[in-house]
Amino acid sequence: MHDTAISLIELGAVFFGLGILGRLAWKIGVSPIPLYLLGGLAFGTGGLIPLHGIQPFTHIASELGVVLLLLLLGLEYSAGELVTGLRRSWLAGLIDIVLNAVPGALVALLLGWGPIGAFTMAGVTYISSSGIVAKVLGDLGRLGNRETPVILSILVFEDLAMAVYLPILTAVLAGVSFLGGLTAVGVSLVVITLVLVIALRFGKYVSALVDSPDQEVFLLRLLGAALLVAGIASELQVSAAVGSFLLGIAISGSTAVNASRMLEPLRDLFAALFFVVFGLNTDPSQIPPVLPVALLLAVATCATKVLTGWLAARMQGVGRMGQLRAGAALVARGEFSIVIAGLALASGAVTGELAALATAYVLLMAVVGPVAARVVEPVARMFLKRLSSKA
Amino acid sequence: MDVTVTPLPGLGTQQDFTTRSGHRIGVITYRDGRFELIVSDHEDPDKVAASVDLTTTETSALANLLGAPQLVAQLTEQQREVAGITTWQLPVAPNSPYDGRALGETEMRTRTSASIVAVVRGGTVHPSPRPDFHFVASDLVVVVGTIDGLRAASEILEKG
Repeated sequence: MHDTAISLIELGAVFFGLGILGRLAWKIGVSPIPLYLLGGLAFGTGGLIPLHGIQPFTHIASELGVVLLLLLLGLEYSAGELVTGLRRSWLAGLIDIVLNAVPGALVALLLGWGPIGAFTMAGVTYISSSGIVAKVLGDLGRLGNRETPVILSILVFEDLAMAVYLPILTAVLAGVSFLGGLTAVGVSLVVITLVLVIALRFGKYVSALVDSPDQEVFLLRLLGAALLVAGIASELQVSAAVGSFLLGIAISGSTAVNASRMLEPLRDLFAALFFVVFGLNTDPSQIPPVLPVALLLAVATCATKVLTGWLAARMQGVGRMGQLRAGAALVARGEFSIVIAGLALASGAVTGELAALATAYVLLMAVVGPVAARVVEPVARMFLKRLSSKA
Repeated sequence: MDVTVTPLPGLGTQQDFTTRSGHRIGVITYRDGRFELIVSDHEDPDKVAASVDLTTTETSALANLLGAPQLVAQLTEQQREVAGITTWQLPVAPNSPYDGRALGETEMRTRTSASIVAVVRGGTVHPSPRPDFHFVASDLVVVVGTIDGLRAASEILEKG
């Protein structure tokens, strides 16, 4: 009884604290993700006030957070949009992978973390935060801009790339052989194709399976289906996250709209816990030593993302200022980088230093991203003016 | 004129075109049914200078406002075959003697041989108004007739 009381108080304090941090974050115009990570760091191993007794709950809650994060991401897209998006942006998508995965992989290799560490860090630096980017574009009123479809289709490409990357990562982290890895890739490719076909042809029936006019029944079926699919997927080593992402894609139309509306608050709650738990499991004393590397990596991958957006927008005939806006908008990294680092850390196949580096890196990039998107234009104009006044 | 249709993955669809003056004008239709009117910056046509959220009713009001000249254009087109017949849209000014009075009282047809074929009010087109239709200030009256007849009609609406 006494233990339960303490757990409840601790959990209440954590949630309340997150509420205050979240409010603060939106007020100063940045993503709350870095603040949640900091919150986790403060209360975790080696932090200011270590919390005990809430691990069982926070552990499963953070798993739920990842499942919901990916399920909602899948709900945002219809299979048709994914297919056309892929056709439009494959070249830009490839440039994106090469330019942004390489810096992470190189740093990991230089630090001696081996091929597994390199593969993990490649994912961490590659993927932009679609959550932060979409929010920033909306806040800045740029949804109607000509470069915005370019940005969005790159995000779609990245999300699909994750559907292939995560199962491979899971297999690699589990230490399976080369053949086993290939099998995992094969299985995940077949599953993704199958789901896309099902979603394109029979999306109606999948939606009908979970849909119900009764809110309670709908929510229960939706969550039930998501957890079942996630569980089965993770048993097949396709990663729980990908399973729920694919389920989200298969659900379409008004069912998808209702489902996202209903699940959004739940996702925000559990995803916040996910970031906290990641912070809890990272030892803050490990961060200062990796900070210089994180800074270097941040500068390098800011540049490579700007270059990516610049090239992608240019290919679509967008003007110079729009090219810069597209690049700066893509800079933010966030939830996915932490999901990747979290998977790696949980498997025990990588060092704790990697988690520390990923944390420091995301702390920087989640803050820098929205700021970069905001200041790119005034800065570029100032630069151009100075250039023309000199000439 | 080319209307470009661009899918916005996860959000909806954007339809836009570039005007002769170099502005990009368009509408974003969100998947949840919201509309947004966008007008681009003049110096940077890639960038949106103004975006306005519109409800369904507001959208149709705007469409009607913009549709009025099209109605006139359509009527003009129809009457092109008939020599000497034109269509004008005449405003009912706030100080017009017919503000608040019925269409029948203008005796427009008898006095000018021009016909009132429609009235545009607050974004809605009222086609073929009957004699008991009451004008209010800032109505747009669509009149068909000869140039002389239309001049006379304009005079009547202004001075009575």
